[in-house]
Amino acid sequence: MSTQHILLDGLPVSFTDGQTIMQAAMAADIFIPHLCHHPEFKPQGSCKLCTVKANGRYVSACTMPARDGMEVENNSPDLNDKRRTMLQMLFVEGNHFCPSCEKSGRCMLQALAYELEMLTPHFPQFYPDRAVDASHPEVLLDFNRCILCELCVRASRDVDGKNVFALSGRGISKHLIVNAESGRLADTDFSLADKAAHVCPVGVILRKRRGFAVPIGSRRYDVQPIGMQVERLARRTTTEEV
Amino acid sequence: MSQDYAEAGQLDSRLPPIFERYRYEARYLVQILREVQDALGHLPAAALSAVARALCLPRARVEGVAGFYSFFHLTPVGRYRVLFSDNITDRMLGSGELIDRLCNKLWVERGKVSEDRLVSVDTTSCTGMCDQGPALLVNGRPLTRMSAERIDRISELIRKQAPLSDWPREYFLIEDNIRRYDELLGRQWPNGEALKAAVARGREAMLAEMKLSNLRGRGGAGFTTHIKWESARRAPCAGEAPARYVVCNADEGEPGTFKDRVLLSSYADLLFDGISIAGFTIGATLGLVYLRGEYAYLLPALNENLARRRRDGLLGTRVLGEDDFNFDIEIHLGVGAYVCGEETALLESLEGKRGVPRIRPPFPATEGYLGQPTVVNNVETLCKAALIAVNGGAWFAGLGTKQSTGTKLLSISGDVETPGIYEYPFGVSVAQVLNDCGAGNAQAVQVSGPSGTCLAMHEFSRRIAFEDVPTAGAFMVFGEHRDMFEVARNFAHFFAHESCGFCTPCRVGTSLVANCMDKIASGQGSQHDINEIFKIHRLLHAASHCGLGQSACNPLFDTLNKFRPAYERRLRSLAFKPAFDLDQALASARQMTGRDDPAAHFGLAAGLPGVEA
Repeated sequence: MSTQHILLDGLPVSFTDGQTIMQAAMAADIFIPHLCHHPEFKPQGSCKLCTVKANGRYVSACTMPARDGMEVENNSPDLNDKRRTMLQMLFVEGNHFCPSCEKSGRCMLQALAYELEMLTPHFPQFYPDRAVDASHPEVLLDFNRCILCELCVRASRDVDGKNVFALSGRGISKHLIVNAESGRLADTDFSLADKAAHVCPVGVILRKRRGFAVPIGSRRYDVQPIGMQVERLARRTTTEEV
Repeated sequence: MSQDYAEAGQLDSRLPPIFERYRYEARYLVQILREVQDALGHLPAAALSAVARALCLPRARVEGVAGFYSFFHLTPVGRYRVLFSDNITDRMLGSGELIDRLCNKLWVERGKVSEDRLVSVDTTSCTGMCDQGPALLVNGRPLTRMSAERIDRISELIRKQAPLSDWPREYFLIEDNIRRYDELLGRQWPNGEALKAAVARGREAMLAEMKLSNLRGRGGAGFTTHIKWESARRAPCAGEAPARYVVCNADEGEPGTFKDRVLLSSYADLLFDGISIAGFTIGATLGLVYLRGEYAYLLPALNENLARRRRDGLLGTRVLGEDDFNFDIEIHLGVGAYVCGEETALLESLEGKRGVPRIRPPFPATEGYLGQPTVVNNVETLCKAALIAVNGGAWFAGLGTKQSTGTKLLSISGDVETPGIYEYPFGVSVAQVLNDCGAGNAQAVQVSGPSGTCLAMHEFSRRIAFEDVPTAGAFMVFGEHRDMFEVARNFAHFFAHESCGFCTPCRVGTSLVANCMDKIASGQGSQHDINEIFKIHRLLHAASHCGLGQSACNPLFDTLNKFRPAYERRLRSLAFKPAFDLDQALASARQMTGRDDPAAHFGLAAGLPGVEA
């Protein structure tokens, strides 16, 4: 059924049965901004960065199945404005200090903020009080940067079969927890070899004793903006270097 | 340490009977946690671990579920937990002063447990007693018609540690307050009458009557009921335990709505008939009632009713002697989460998970409870289905308007002479309703709760119907002396509290809006803040995952458009004013150093020359 097409910003993009708008776009090397989507995992549609307009209705590109003849608006001032606002929401919700973050230059949140020309966080900061968990011998958890994308939750559950991570709380108090009565990562069976150790799009799950390894100017998103790395994002199937 | 050991011993002896009662099934997690909390007072970390082990669930998942619902407590709570209903109608009846009064009497800070662990006083979302407020819950039991006198008495009872059974009975009195009777409320419905009528008609004919009736869902969305029934009936069952289910949505959480409370109290026979009729028609074997936690006091009577139905052959195997009609009904309790009124969040909760709305499609009719075809209907909808079984679809279609057939129950509260339940045929004008309930000086009506529509005086000629002003039933009236800004602010905080937090726009946006309203209320607002509210409204409307987020800014949008002066008279300047107050930020430093001289202040408060307002 390779004759089916959606019209993505006016451009015909083919898709196969069962593909979502996001999958069809990525296969065609077209960038739809996203954070919680990862090609290896079941889409969940929570970050809403991939919001597009399909046949006039706002939908999440990562969960919406493509249909023949569907007209999809993606790279428009209206949508990018909404995405920028949501990025700003994510920035003020947590504590994001890019200059001191080891993930700077390789962080999807930061890269998208550059991509969508976010100049300030705009909204008043929430400054949540989130303690760092340094209990694990190999990995540091800095919850301040968590954007609640649930990629680690899904990786640990679906790939590692360990269920190390989960979410608790509700609304603005929603937060990441680990699978231990003590609440400490050291008391779980988490290891650096887990898939979940390598999927964090921001700087929450960090390998210890290694940081700022790549000089400024040569980091992943220094070299090329995220919007031009669709091919790499689409084949994020192998474990990426943390 | 000794207390820990005592607790551990308690876990070993008190939890297993609970697990056994629920057959160690993970889908009952929410119900199990509820009972564990009833047994232990709260949910200590060790108890969560024990539940996880018993149900073979990851501990983090159990903790995640326990952390989601408002009525679960992960830390010790007072022996008396007082929760004031915080709907705007309770506030209009003076709940704010009553909370302060009780806190003062008991020497306790709002939201904190007293040091002797005797009592905590806090607020909760609307408890569905708006027609007899101000209302509150003490250890989950509802009390109505609070007054200064009653609050004083309650503070004495708490200090004396009197058990709730010794408190004055009249405090717990809950009245139906039915003010206008029509086809549903107007007569008594004997147990099983409607079900017998449906069985006599047969499945196909019952479905045809449903189609003829054009009954639409009474929960707010107004989806045509027979389409849900027909899809669920046709959809194939799948997997290891193929079955079909009927789910009754009795999670009446929309502030200002209390019609289901009355139906569950006084028309339960009709409701259970309706659930059974849906089960009969679609070929389901089990009906599940999701009863909101605030209505837990109704549970004993409802379970007794179900037991009676089993004895009368209206539930169980071979219902009414029909060979292929085996059907039973189970009641699940909610635990304080408005979002679970959304049908897919409700299903998640029924399955023992966090109440997060699912991605749709698939819809519940094809993949609902445990992935099986499921009909999810509101309490009132199922009662109406029972009426259709008795009187036929054509009769029903003759009531109301063409697009909105039948009658509608309105829950009327606020500035009216006779608050309560009014049943009207669809199509009645707002003005007529206002006249009937004695709302002499109404300036606005919030129809269908915070997620509905706010109507101003010039719109009172509009009609209650899906094609004009749709409603789930709430009808809150605001007299001309009311401040519509405070109404909207109350609603903004409601949504921030009830957002499930799944998607970014709703999780962060509802809190930003609530903070923005507080900023305006404190006199620090400007036109900039109003623009922000509009901007967030547009975003939430477009990008939120479910109806809660999409409608979260509706009341602000409506009141800003219709009652703008209520906002503008609060604005400090019409340009921009930052939320951050530099001088206020120094307050703790001043307190620590014991200074309050001008040099310890910034800005105007410093009284320095050249600094102006």
